Amino acid sequence: MQNLYLMIPLAPLAGALIAGLLGKKIGRAGAHTITILGVFAALVMSLYVLYDQMTVGKSFNGTVYEWMSVNGVTLQVGFLIDSLSAMMMVVVTFVSLMVHIYTIGYMHEDAGYQRFFSYISLFTFSMLMLVMSNNFVQLFFGWEAVGLVSYLLIGFWYNKPTAIFANLKAFLVNRVGDFGFVLGIGMVLAYFGTLDYAAVFAKSESLKDMQISLIAGHDWSLMTVIGILLFIGAMGKSAQFPLHVWLPDSMEGPTPISALIHAATMVTAGIFMVARMSPLYELSDTALNFIMVIGAITALFMGFLGIIQNDIKRVVAYSTLSQLGYMTVALGASAYSVAVFHLMTHAFFKALLFLGAGSVIMGMHHDQDIRNMGGLRKYMPITWITSLLGSLALIGTPFFSGFYSKDSIIEAVHASHLPGASFAYFAVIAGVFVTAFYSFRMYFLVFHGEERFRNVHHDDHGHDDHHGHGEAHEPHESPWVVTLPLVCLAIPSVLIGFFTIEPMLYGSFFKGVIFSELHPVMEELHHEFHGASGMALHAVTSLPFWLALAGVVTAWFFYMKAPSIPARIKQIAGPINTLLENKYYMDDLYINVFAKGARGLGWLLWKVGDVLLIDGLIVNGLAKLVGGISSVVRRAQTGLLNHYALMMIIAVMAALTWWFQQILFAH
Amino acid sequence: MFENHLLSLAIWLPILSGVLVLFVGGDSQAKLARWIALIGAAVSFLATLPLFTQFQDLHAGMQFIEDKVWISQFNIHYALGIDGISLFFVILNSFTTLLVILAGWEVIQSRVSHYMAAFLIMSGLINGSFAAMDAVLFYVFFEAMLIPMYLIIGIWGGPRRVYASVKFFLYTLLGSLLLLVAFLYLHKASGGSFSIADFQSLSLSRDIQILLFVAFFASFAVKVPMWPVHTWLPDAHVEAPTGGSMVLAAITLKIGAYGFLRFCLPIAPVASHELSWLIVLLSLVAVVYIGMVALVQADMKKLIAYSSISHMGFVTLGFFLFEGSQLNPYAVEGALLQMISHGFVSAAMFFCVGVMYDRVHSRQIADYGGVVNTMPKFAAFFLLFAMANAGLPATSGFVGEFLVIMGATKANFWVAVLAATTLIFGAGYTLWMYKRVIFGAVANSHVAELTDVNGRELLVLIILAATVLGMGLYPDLFAQKMHASVTNLITLVADKQAAVAGLSQ
Repeated sequence: MQNLYLMIPLAPLAGALIAGLLGKKIGRAGAHTITILGVFAALVMSLYVLYDQMTVGKSFNGTVYEWMSVNGVTLQVGFLIDSLSAMMMVVVTFVSLMVHIYTIGYMHEDAGYQRFFSYISLFTFSMLMLVMSNNFVQLFFGWEAVGLVSYLLIGFWYNKPTAIFANLKAFLVNRVGDFGFVLGIGMVLAYFGTLDYAAVFAKSESLKDMQISLIAGHDWSLMTVIGILLFIGAMGKSAQFPLHVWLPDSMEGPTPISALIHAATMVTAGIFMVARMSPLYELSDTALNFIMVIGAITALFMGFLGIIQNDIKRVVAYSTLSQLGYMTVALGASAYSVAVFHLMTHAFFKALLFLGAGSVIMGMHHDQDIRNMGGLRKYMPITWITSLLGSLALIGTPFFSGFYSKDSIIEAVHASHLPGASFAYFAVIAGVFVTAFYSFRMYFLVFHGEERFRNVHHDDHGHDDHHGHGEAHEPHESPWVVTLPLVCLAIPSVLIGFFTIEPMLYGSFFKGVIFSELHPVMEELHHEFHGASGMALHAVTSLPFWLALAGVVTAWFFYMKAPSIPARIKQIAGPINTLLENKYYMDDLYINVFAKGARGLGWLLWKVGDVLLIDGLIVNGLAKLVGGISSVVRRAQTGLLNHYALMMIIAVMAALTWWFQQILFAH
Repeated sequence: MFENHLLSLAIWLPILSGVLVLFVGGDSQAKLARWIALIGAAVSFLATLPLFTQFQDLHAGMQFIEDKVWISQFNIHYALGIDGISLFFVILNSFTTLLVILAGWEVIQSRVSHYMAAFLIMSGLINGSFAAMDAVLFYVFFEAMLIPMYLIIGIWGGPRRVYASVKFFLYTLLGSLLLLVAFLYLHKASGGSFSIADFQSLSLSRDIQILLFVAFFASFAVKVPMWPVHTWLPDAHVEAPTGGSMVLAAITLKIGAYGFLRFCLPIAPVASHELSWLIVLLSLVAVVYIGMVALVQADMKKLIAYSSISHMGFVTLGFFLFEGSQLNPYAVEGALLQMISHGFVSAAMFFCVGVMYDRVHSRQIADYGGVVNTMPKFAAFFLLFAMANAGLPATSGFVGEFLVIMGATKANFWVAVLAATTLIFGAGYTLWMYKRVIFGAVANSHVAELTDVNGRELLVLIILAATVLGMGLYPDLFAQKMHASVTNLITLVADKQAAVAGLSQ
């Protein structure tokens, strides 16, 4: 079995290396064949592992090789395979496979075709290493490796100034998160004496009351400090407020990776990490409360931003931010399994929405502005239907997968007794309306109504203008390599919640893997739960359902029925609109205060500290002093005998004077 | 027949090769000079490999010992030996010399034989200072290696080479004069020995230790270099030819840090402990202050030079993290690994800048932009090294940084917080430079005319990439040889503090 586990990440890695290093030799078809084979093999093996976990259910914890040992502690590369990692492996490889296939269509004219396949396979490898890890070092390796590939892919079109700005920004903002993450790992090593998950969890009980004082006179619970530090890492990777700013800009990358990395998998790494660390987080209410509040802010306030976006990808990006906020709220409520459940359903329907958006972009000849679309359902029927299904799943329509996961989150927050729960409850409830509104605003503007693309001149192709475009400006349905993944993703987007909610949330699937015993939230949810169909039928009488419906109807009314209303609202709510359009001024804050501040300070330290003080005053000053003294002293060396004789006489006189003085004063 | 003289070989093979190259003469024979230098460097490097394979991992003390009386009147010995601390620097140095010969191959056109000879001779001298077990022998090598570097910068350097080389020479010479005074004192205190081991076994009073610490600090802090005696390094790097920068960053800086470990900590442990706050403070200044200064550099070599100072800050930080009287083992080993890694990464970074400089004759970031369009292979390698410089896992740059942060968290959380800012600054200055130089549309006609790396350059890049990745993926290869010596050092430092405390009571 261990060899099988090892094969799972290595298969995509092999594909990535071959496509990357021998890309020219094997050609385009060779590159996509080899990488798809690698990911397909990984998917099949992951499915087998998941099946094995569901039937035999024995978790595996083993070392692949010892990376290094220091001070008697062994740091290793190793796998922890249990239901959580098995599920993640299937999600990652499945979405990755869909994206690989989709890419054949989406990137078919791009000069960097092989490079792109190499990168996405490398990403799959990195993400698998992250989720399969059994220790913190490898977790951090995967964490940074997915960040690296994300950096490479956001900047894939490296001639685009916005793309290379966005990828640097993404990397640096993530590094701010990593800063906390590394310190968290350091605290674990310092107090647990190991970085192995199993050993850490085993020790957590005995350290749960440990207090440490980082500032003299203030004692903090060790678990709170570790929990918050690790979560800062998650805030970077999973784009939680206030480290969310990189994710919308990451849309500069090609659409397939927006689906794979910036929606379905990488950005959920933070959620996965907290769920994995549930035995630690359960021990700190403070950390959980912090997580819940951060998640709630992200869920609601990022949703607002989705409303005013006109770029189709950015709408979906803000939706992703908001949904990541939902998952985070669930983590804070100790409903880790619910968060992971939403992670899974979201991976399917959000990948679907992104790939659907990509298909629309292709159909629109690379115009991404939804104001220029409309009525596309006639021209792109498969994209239309699948996108509709994805949107319905996203807003939480009963029986759809997103319904089960999102409704469970709302219930979990409702059941939580942490101080932040009431605010979080408000945020997730209000978020339901917002989600429905922005989703269907986009849906109606893209697929229904007037065919506004007829009035648009396609002279300027602002975005990734690398595809040719014919004479006709009419949209067209995408080729089968694009629509097939849409259909394959639509099926789980609709169905998977119905079939998996019971085992994942209330059954034994996560037993012994995720711990939430110290907070009775899941028990309370279990009491209310009477089967998947019952839950869906019951929902019709509940607030979230009506809020979602209201959101859809409002969107229809504003954008189909009376399109003059949004403009009027914009006028009335001027300041709020300005605030939203400027994304709460967060980007300006970071650029002007932190980025420019660091540069300004660096410049000051350099010019004043190094150049003026150290070099100018001390180093060159000393040199000048030595030079100055010697130029004075040199004058004494005239080479004339009478000068020397004079000097000698003066010196003798001075010595005698001094000597006499000594004698006189001594007595 | 050389079985017992491996260290002598490591010292004298390159020096003799260098002398041989000198005899080749003028530039009409440049080709011959290059080949002799290459063969000499390759043989010298291969001769150091048995040191690695025959090294006894579990043995804490010196190995491959050679001991002959050199100047009997003063009891000065030609005594050589290496332990788990110095082993890698001998190999790393010989390795770097080989790369430097390749890096300067057709780039250096004037006085080729002198250039090659200077590097070979310097390589031998550096090996000597790492292998010396006698203080005077160490001092001789330590000072002598300044001369070839002085010549390298002064002859093959840039327009301000004279200022830079004099600054380099005086700065480092001034510091090391106090070292000689310290050695003379220790000679007297030990009853007439110059053996470093004898020095280490002395139990000196606290006050004497403080004075010794000041002397060691003055000489080694300049070499590392630590803030505020660092300003010679950016100037030296900017003016030095590519090969000079590679050796300077990869090896010569390490001797300063090595000095702290070999002399300062074991000979003056009480003072080291008492004044560790100073070293920690200056190291953190190096990480934070220098990190920010690096951010605003317009000259690529200056930027990498500042980045080197910042990375060396991690090394000195790791060496002086005390918990009680104990040094932190994570931090000490992490700092040692950081030294090795920095040898690979900084050499690679300077080589990359050299590759571009050879084509465009500018080191200014503003003169580039969009290099990836014309040099895609080069851009890929440069990215790997940039990521290693930013400390990404799976590259060598991660290992040491990570362990030092791990150790710091244990020793003092707030020190770790400041040290960990390198994750942000390191990525900031490295990747911002990378973005402006490599990414973007082709910026000007110079960039448009660039040709991708040639076979020789590719070879150097591949070798460096392999080491950077290899060390990142399997650092235990290096770490396992250090454990015994590092543990030994930590015990020695702790025991001697206890002994001095016992004396004063």
